[in-house]
Amino acid sequence: MRALQQHKGIVAPMDRSNVDTDMIIPKQFLKSIKRTGFGPNLFDELRYLDEGKPDQDCANRPLNPDFLLNQPRYRNASVLLARRNFGCGSSREHAPWALDDFGFRVIIAPSFADIFYNNCFKNGLLPIVLSEEVVEKLFQETYANEGYQLDVDLEAKRVTTPSGESFDFEVDDFRRHCLLNGLDDIGVTLEDAEQIRAYEEQRRETAPWLFNAGR
Amino acid sequence: MAGKTLYDKLWDDHLVKQRDDGSALIYIDRHLLHEVTSPQAFEGLRLAGRKPWRIDANIATPDHNVPTTDRERGVEGIVDPVSRIQVETLDRNCDEFGILEFKIKDQRQGIVHVIGPEQGATLPGMSIVCGDSHTSTHGAFGCLAHGIGTSEVEHVLATQCLVQQKMKNMLVKVDGKLGAGVTGKDVVLAIIGKIGTAGGTGYAIEFGGEAIHDLSMEARMTICNMAIEAGARVGMVSVDDTTIDYVRGRPFAPSEEQWDAAVEYWRTLHSDADAVFDKVVELDGSEIQPQVSWGTSPEMVVGVEGNVPDPDREEDPIKREGIVRALKYMGLQPNMKISDIKLDRVFIGSCTNSRIEDLREAAKVVKGRKVSPTLKQAMVVPGSGLVKAQAEQEGLDKIFIEAGLEWRDPGCSMCLAMNADKLGQGEHCASTSNRNFEGRQGFGGRTHLVSPAMAAAAAINGHFVDVRDMMN
Ligand code: SF4
Repeated sequence: MRALQQHKGIVAPMDRSNVDTDMIIPKQFLKSIKRTGFGPNLFDELRYLDEGKPDQDCANRPLNPDFLLNQPRYRNASVLLARRNFGCGSSREHAPWALDDFGFRVIIAPSFADIFYNNCFKNGLLPIVLSEEVVEKLFQETYANEGYQLDVDLEAKRVTTPSGESFDFEVDDFRRHCLLNGLDDIGVTLEDAEQIRAYEEQRRETAPWLFNAGR
Repeated sequence: MAGKTLYDKLWDDHLVKQRDDGSALIYIDRHLLHEVTSPQAFEGLRLAGRKPWRIDANIATPDHNVPTTDRERGVEGIVDPVSRIQVETLDRNCDEFGILEFKIKDQRQGIVHVIGPEQGATLPGMSIVCGDSHTSTHGAFGCLAHGIGTSEVEHVLATQCLVQQKMKNMLVKVDGKLGAGVTGKDVVLAIIGKIGTAGGTGYAIEFGGEAIHDLSMEARMTICNMAIEAGARVGMVSVDDTTIDYVRGRPFAPSEEQWDAAVEYWRTLHSDADAVFDKVVELDGSEIQPQVSWGTSPEMVVGVEGNVPDPDREEDPIKREGIVRALKYMGLQPNMKISDIKLDRVFIGSCTNSRIEDLREAAKVVKGRKVSPTLKQAMVVPGSGLVKAQAEQEGLDKIFIEAGLEWRDPGCSMCLAMNADKLGQGEHCASTSNRNFEGRQGFGGRTHLVSPAMAAAAAINGHFVDVRDMMN
């Protein structure tokens, strides 16, 4: 997994709450059996005026000029600023894959849906929870200043604005450790293989029906 | 020391290792797989040269992409080549790794959350995961069940464990008796309407109270299914006689010799009387009306006697903005009556409401009546091949067909429209599924979430009506 220690990038303001995973990447694109290539279809229904189809060249599709990622000032954004309950809906990891493929590295919102939050860390993306007030302030500053950038330091757990103002955020130690070091957490878990086996043996004794094959 | 909640007990029983950093390794008893969220996980295993840890913990079935007609042709019958590749990839991966799969032509094929319980592969006290957020469904059996992403699918395949943080405990208590015509679906929609789609974020929800324990397993599954729509990954109901009776005799259930020990353990799967919850929400079951969602989020829901809300009366600016946006997308006017919403299609199916009891309830309403000629389509999609067979044995298929509904083959179908079944732009659909997000059932489609009985009543009338008025 790609590590992330520090990131500085242009902020794109996604000004709506409850952005769901169907919105982030509509279902017709989930048919792919790959992990990459979802970027052109990120926010497909908001971004284009026509209905998107898998395996289509998006370069010639009619763009929705009002959508933020179609505005030149946000086109190279890598920090997504969002409202409450971002990423709700399905467990599809295609949502973080699409955000990642577009070029986002950090997402900031007052709250995230649990599964989405978790999926981000597995893909080198950092979701940051900041208070509703701070997020509102960042929205205002982003709108007011073209090319507005935020500086994110995962080691220090801090977001810094261009004016030098900074905000601390929380992230649990295990996720932070894996992301800072780009660790493959399957490898980390397998270090405990013996303990897993011991647990399994004990369960086979006490609850053998958990291991039944179908009749 | 305070007693334990059901969630605490399930957590403790599956804890392999508590790490110093607060994360924990949790053992997974059952892993369900489908074609959409597994291909990249199998690919990851192969690239890393890893093997599945415990093959017999896994059960797979294709459901999201399968067509609901023309099934004799099997995989060949999938017209969309991209969908077909996905289903074939699942077949190939399961064959290669020796994982039990109910393939497209197997009668046991169906929506993954319908077949687990049906096979007895979902048992009380298990930890169950699947690369699908509606895995919360299985919590109806007193299981620790939740959805995971594809990286975690790979992690479970490789290690039979997940790295987890313990969630907080929430109790949603529904007391009183439900009125006639009020179902599990109405209960869960009313709960989501009350606590919001983020109300359960970070929590494991236990649904309790008289109204919940009066319900069948099917209805409990409907409720736990939509815990995720309330933001909670986990929804649970404690074990009682209804649970145990349901499980008995199913293919993966405990054998005769194992049965008594299993039941003895299952009887402990409830929250202790002195358990402490971080949050408690209470509802009076007798006040719940049949529910209809009017907007683009499951919390945008109201009783059938109610009206579409007026954004001008909402004080929270972010919510107001959400209502305005939803009304625009849905093509509805503020304050209009729910019963004035005209429909184009009706969909009865999905992992929320495609079990035998759901079909019986819908059939009861349409029996001897005809689907409104103003509808373009009304369809019934059973949750599995076995549900379909059971329904046909009971003659439900004939009731539906005579009333003018289509009787299809099992799968997710129009719940998310990855196959050929979808809404046209601007069309309104009464749907028994769980998500009314923009575009969920087709580009520009407008979904209204309801119970099977309410969907059936809407099919007959071409608009929403209170199913209770049709029941005598
Ligand atoms: S029926 Fe719908 S919600 Fe359920 S698993 Fe299938 S697509 Fe997901």
